[in-house]
Amino acid sequence: MTMNRSKFQVKWFIHLLLAIGAFIMVVPFAWMILTSLKSIGEATQVPPAIFPRSYHWENYVNIFGTLPFMSFYWNTIVTTIAKTAGQLLFCSLAAYAFARIEFPGKNVLFIVLLSVLMVPQQTYQIPLYLIMVKMNWLNTLTALIVPGLTSAFGTFLLRQFFMSLPKDVEESAKIDGCNHFVIYYRILLPLAKPGLVSLAILTALWSWNDFLWPIIVNNSPDKMTLSAGLASLQGQYETDYPMLMAGSVLATAPMLILFIFLQRNFIEGIALSGTKG
Amino acid sequence: MRRGDYTWAYLMIAPTMLGTLLFHIWPVLQSVYLSFTTWNSFGNYKWSGLDNYRRMAHDAEVWSSLGNTVVFTLITVPVGLALSTIAAVLLNQKIRGIPVYRTLYFLPVITMPAAIAMVWKWLYNGDFGLLNELLGLFSSAKVQWLTNPGLALYSTAAVAVWSAIGYNMIIILSGLQGIPSHLYEAASMDGAGGMRKFFSITLPMLSPTFFFLSVISIISTLQTFELVFMMIGANSPVIGRTQTIVYDFFKYAFLMNDKGYATSIAMLLFAIILVVTVIQFRVQKKWVHYE
Repeated sequence: MTMNRSKFQVKWFIHLLLAIGAFIMVVPFAWMILTSLKSIGEATQVPPAIFPRSYHWENYVNIFGTLPFMSFYWNTIVTTIAKTAGQLLFCSLAAYAFARIEFPGKNVLFIVLLSVLMVPQQTYQIPLYLIMVKMNWLNTLTALIVPGLTSAFGTFLLRQFFMSLPKDVEESAKIDGCNHFVIYYRILLPLAKPGLVSLAILTALWSWNDFLWPIIVNNSPDKMTLSAGLASLQGQYETDYPMLMAGSVLATAPMLILFIFLQRNFIEGIALSGTKG
Repeated sequence: MRRGDYTWAYLMIAPTMLGTLLFHIWPVLQSVYLSFTTWNSFGNYKWSGLDNYRRMAHDAEVWSSLGNTVVFTLITVPVGLALSTIAAVLLNQKIRGIPVYRTLYFLPVITMPAAIAMVWKWLYNGDFGLLNELLGLFSSAKVQWLTNPGLALYSTAAVAVWSAIGYNMIIILSGLQGIPSHLYEAASMDGAGGMRKFFSITLPMLSPTFFFLSVISIISTLQTFELVFMMIGANSPVIGRTQTIVYDFFKYAFLMNDKGYATSIAMLLFAIILVVTVIQFRVQKKWVHYE
């Protein structure tokens, strides 16, 4: 009896702690949405009203008039899709070769690839920027996409995944005379779906949220991504908090909605990125 | 067949190796060179030997940015890991509503850092911010979270912790679920209580996870930029007390067009990351338990 009672209390205590944590996680999002629907006067009144008296949806309309938010969306979506598609293709091809074929120089090349993972992005950013200048790629989507079409991280992640898959089907395919591309395409890729989904989600997420590179290479408003657009929004409307919050909602909503639908995949993807090795 | 194998292998790795070479390795080598050059305002540069490194050694601004970065990392990483561990352990219990909690804790991980910075800047606002309003229920003092020079760095670090908890928590949670339950059963039979089990089974079994998380969190926290750039900004009077080493890098590289000096700052960051990571790998033998 006493045992049950103390167990019951422990459960409530756990719920209490978790609920406090959840509150701290959620309040900024709630405040972002609520502020985005207020007038400036209402946002800055003391004491503040939690809910807007009337809902100022026009904040969302006005923002499209003041900054090319449609272009921000387009640029971010195109960049994200292109980088994700590129990495799925190129990383899986390279990962297959590193996981399944013996060839001269394999270990050296793999170590060279891995060494890139150790290097912080600032170390190569200036020369990379100069390459973009030379190619005349500044203020184009090419500058955002091309350097991100391949990735050492993705190759490593998929190689680890391929290594964990059984080899027997491939062996018989090899005996039947299938070449490596057929084995890769017909046998390994279908088996590797969970790994590919994880890589796709991680790449899309990082690409969508990327900040430093987009603000370096694209400063013309019609070529900015959403996160660079937010920085310029803040520069122009420093005290128009409803406008800034409406921008934040617009910039984050697509990823948050995607997350709600693909929650399990997101969490598995993140967990996979942590259990490599 | 062997020959054919090689051809396939080289074809398959070609795009990735080419991309890595062109966009990572070659630029890194160029950076090493550029860190020995001085730039004029027209974008021309000339070899200047160790000048940049000498200048850096005497540059109080770089040293203070480095100090800020170290303090920021020393707060964010341990506090973040401790809170994430608590969250993960609580979420590993048999209670209702786990998926809901997990989703909510995870929201900041998928949210754009630029947006996170703007929202928190608004929450922290000294005059109209929600945080001061909530504190106003207890006291009438208005805290200047982001403009008080003694406080701004810590306010920024708190947001970094808030953003990272979900990620660490998921990794720790999958570590927790990998601990074989027979260990706990055996400990219970020996009469060990909950706390005892946590410290003698859970923590040692999680040490590889903690090692991984501390390596990658330190590397990424040493590169903090967005939060300072968006929440504090160049015009703030407290920027000197909050700017990080990557902020300095960005400023010299792209605002002041002093790309030679900026690359030497990047090299300093690279060296620090390398040394810290090597030390961590050395020290891990003392505390990480592998099965």
